Amino acid sequence: MSKTPSPAARASAGLADRLPRWLVPNLTGVHLVAIFIALLLIGLLLVPVAQVMIVAFQDPATGAATLQNFVDFFRTSLFRESFWNSFYVSAMSVVVATAIALPLAYITTRFHFSGSILIQSLGFIPLIMPPFVGAVAMQLIFGRNGTVNLLLRDWFGFDIPFMEGLNGVILVQSIHYFPFILINLSASLRNIDRSMEEAAQNLGSHGLRLFRRIVFPLAMPGYIAGAALVFIKVFDDLGTPLLLNVNNMLAPQAFLRISSIGISDPMGYVISVILVVFSVMSLWASFLFMRGKEYATVQKGGGGMAKRSLKPAEKVLAYGAVIFILLLVLSPHIGLLLLSFGTIWSFAPLPDGYTLQNYVTMWEGSKTFIMNTVLYAGIAATLDVIIGTAIAYIVLRTQIFGRKGLDYLATAALAVPGVVLGIGYLRTFHAIDVPFTDKPMASWWVIIALALMIRRLPYALRACTAALQQVSHALEEAAESLGATKRRSIQKIVIPLMTGGILAGFVTSFATAAVELSATIMLVSSNNDAPLAYGIYLFMQTPSGRGAGAALGIVAVIVVAIGTIASQIIIERDKKLKSSGDAH
Amino acid sequence: MKKAGITIEDLHLSFGDTEVLKGVNLDIRPGEFFAFLGPSGSGKSTLLRAIAGFGPTPKGRILIGERNVVGLDPWKRNVGMVFQSYALWPHMSVRDNVGFGLKERKVPSAQIRAKVDAALELVDLAHLADRMPNQLSGGQQQRIALARTVVVEPDVLLLDEPLSNLDASLRVHMRRELLRLQRQLGLTTIFVTHDQEEANTTCDRMAVLDMGIIQQIGSPLELYDQPENLFVANFLGTANILEGRVEVDGGARRFVTKTGDHLSLPDGNMDDGQNIVLRPQNIAISRTQASDSLPGTVQHSEFLGSQIRYLVSAGGTEIVVDQSHRAGQDWIETGADVHLVANTSSAVVL
Ligand SMILES: Nc1ncnc2c1ncn2[C@@H]1O[C@H](COP(=O)(O)OP(=O)(O)O)[C@@H](O)[C@H]1O
Ligand SMILES: [Mg+2]
Repeated sequence: MSKTPSPAARASAGLADRLPRWLVPNLTGVHLVAIFIALLLIGLLLVPVAQVMIVAFQDPATGAATLQNFVDFFRTSLFRESFWNSFYVSAMSVVVATAIALPLAYITTRFHFSGSILIQSLGFIPLIMPPFVGAVAMQLIFGRNGTVNLLLRDWFGFDIPFMEGLNGVILVQSIHYFPFILINLSASLRNIDRSMEEAAQNLGSHGLRLFRRIVFPLAMPGYIAGAALVFIKVFDDLGTPLLLNVNNMLAPQAFLRISSIGISDPMGYVISVILVVFSVMSLWASFLFMRGKEYATVQKGGGGMAKRSLKPAEKVLAYGAVIFILLLVLSPHIGLLLLSFGTIWSFAPLPDGYTLQNYVTMWEGSKTFIMNTVLYAGIAATLDVIIGTAIAYIVLRTQIFGRKGLDYLATAALAVPGVVLGIGYLRTFHAIDVPFTDKPMASWWVIIALALMIRRLPYALRACTAALQQVSHALEEAAESLGATKRRSIQKIVIPLMTGGILAGFVTSFATAAVELSATIMLVSSNNDAPLAYGIYLFMQTPSGRGAGAALGIVAVIVVAIGTIASQIIIERDKKLKSSGDAH
Repeated sequence: MKKAGITIEDLHLSFGDTEVLKGVNLDIRPGEFFAFLGPSGSGKSTLLRAIAGFGPTPKGRILIGERNVVGLDPWKRNVGMVFQSYALWPHMSVRDNVGFGLKERKVPSAQIRAKVDAALELVDLAHLADRMPNQLSGGQQQRIALARTVVVEPDVLLLDEPLSNLDASLRVHMRRELLRLQRQLGLTTIFVTHDQEEANTTCDRMAVLDMGIIQQIGSPLELYDQPENLFVANFLGTANILEGRVEVDGGARRFVTKTGDHLSLPDGNMDDGQNIVLRPQNIAISRTQASDSLPGTVQHSEFLGSQIRYLVSAGGTEIVVDQSHRAGQDWIETGADVHLVANTSSAVVL
């Protein structure tokens, strides 16, 4: 760190001489940036969440500290039921997601299987669609009078309640979130050194026993990481149960209490506390479990898992399983596509006819939604990468006091469910007016963009940190030794070299912010301010709007898909560029 | 323990289109400590893994005792293999690692306990039974891996570069330890290494491999003194190889170098070939000419403590000469004209 005071500090030297030292700390530009970011995070994350926590423990009438709200919560049978339902749905979603992900991960990493790359990429597809978007399509395929049950009834005379009540939520969520397990588990499996498995075979173990005793335990850290993520996401999710009209779960209850009774009702806050506690606990549990178990087992003289060729019978079985799973996984997309091009689809395996009308209706009815989305997601993603880059730089390249705290604070947003952040914003900003108007800030559209910014910041921060880690510190030092100031070397050397990573972070943030529903649904005060995700939600409320809703859903899927692919391409290109630079 | 020999007959093995083992024939005696020695990529690991049942199925036969194991699953072979990386399972304690194979064999748990204790005793690590592998040093991990393998009483023991991940001082200690253990257990053992010193100091016999072909089989001394080809001569120790031809002059045979210099061969030597192999310690260097000496110039010299190593250009090549060092001895300067006298009684013509 340079010892020379910044120009600002030098200018105030006259006054500073006469004041006690601690009153005029020696602040550089980087310090000021750090303080600004800290204030921003405190105002937009810490305060709203703390607000929610405090209200949960306050008597609504007197404001005195009390546990009465929690007592009331657990005395109400609807809330008890919601609590167990949320827990049950999350746990079962993990189970079903595992059943989907495990065979795919195992087959693609363990065997010579020609579709491996295809499967691994198809595995990502659910993630590019917000789960509530697929929910309606799933209803049409797996619902009581959906395609599958109509056919089952015709052919076999029975049906399966896939989508009844909680089953529907479990099915939609596990199909949507299983990629988290697939990705983490596959990576873990691939990282197991071949000799780990061979040593077991050498000592007489094989087949399922070998998998159970050696392979799976070694892949456990990856599996737990994925499973914990699925659990939290499902526990916190609001859109899917809401769309499937399953209201006896925690997140929908919080939403309904706040939106119907108002922001003074304590139950929404109690639920928020429970959601946050569960998020933190599952993150903490997975952290505890994984501590000291990051088995990097790929060793010298080894390689990844030994791949084996499948025998013909095994091949049939494996392809059968994979095709079945992929069909299941792609069913929301297929359903959505059919719905968006269909005329009427009701009590029939397929739509009655096909048309482009839905897209026309959608376009006429949702221009504002789309414009709003571009605006909100654009603001959120831009701020995310700026703040992300700044935090990454402060954490990795400076010695500023409390820099880790900045990182933790930004990352803490991961543990804050969208509903909770939404409620927190409502509570915190309803009393503050937008500057120069008498409208409360809580219903100002900028707040939506800021909420999205906070929600996506942890991901953008990871991207920026990764990008900065790839820029050798020596490059910066070289510029400084040639006379560039800190600020110029950051501008001219560090930022340009980080561009690829930053851009990738921007695109991902933008694409995922564009389809975010749980925080926005609480903050949208008029349809004019609503973004795309909310638009889909509105369309899907009425049977006649479904077609257009599906069309808008397809637009959302395409936006996210393009975003995802673009960020992949950017990262790849960047990697290539950097490695060709290293080769010299 | 029962001792099994290993016989390998005309073994061919390919990865896709590249043939890595090209007709290997071997006969390893029961209880023998045998080494595969060869440069990196010569196919040692591939051959060892084929014996254990890993990698592509080879053509040919591998007999362990009386049984041909080609095509047999690895878990049905009862062959013990210690991996180069040790491959201790990080999620199991030392005790569970060592007991793994016994559990697979459905040994009652009381017996497993006793056998694991005995195996840990054997490698002197009984006190570490409840540790996790990542709490052990490299040398300790190595010995646990060994205990884990021998505890199941395999028919043969296979060691793939077992010392390569240890630091130099530990390596010497461990190779003695290995030899002691092998003698104690009497297990037929194959030891893979690219380090001739490791092979020389431990094994009864060895096979030198290059490019998937066994170049020669024999005891360390036989291979050093009687290399059958230039590869073996070069790979074991330092060899000076001079090109030329054998001439017979009456009853006397001599080797004539490309440069026309003569080296008379001892009476018994009936070898024929275009090369003569001379070990550095069998060449004397002097400033004065003698009969049958090769003239040359010192290019470089190094003092190595017990000896001085000279690099001398002579006979159309660079010749390494080791002169054992005694106090007060002359150190011939670089650039000096010298004469080399080879002790051809130990020379080999190839
Ligand atoms: N899985 C594999 N696929 C393709 N070629 C391999 C594989 N394993 C080894 N080889 C090739 O086989 C040759 C012998 O390898 P290896 O037996 O590991 O040599 P060594 O142990 O003597 O160093 C090498 O040329 C290597 O590239
Ligand atoms: Mg090898």
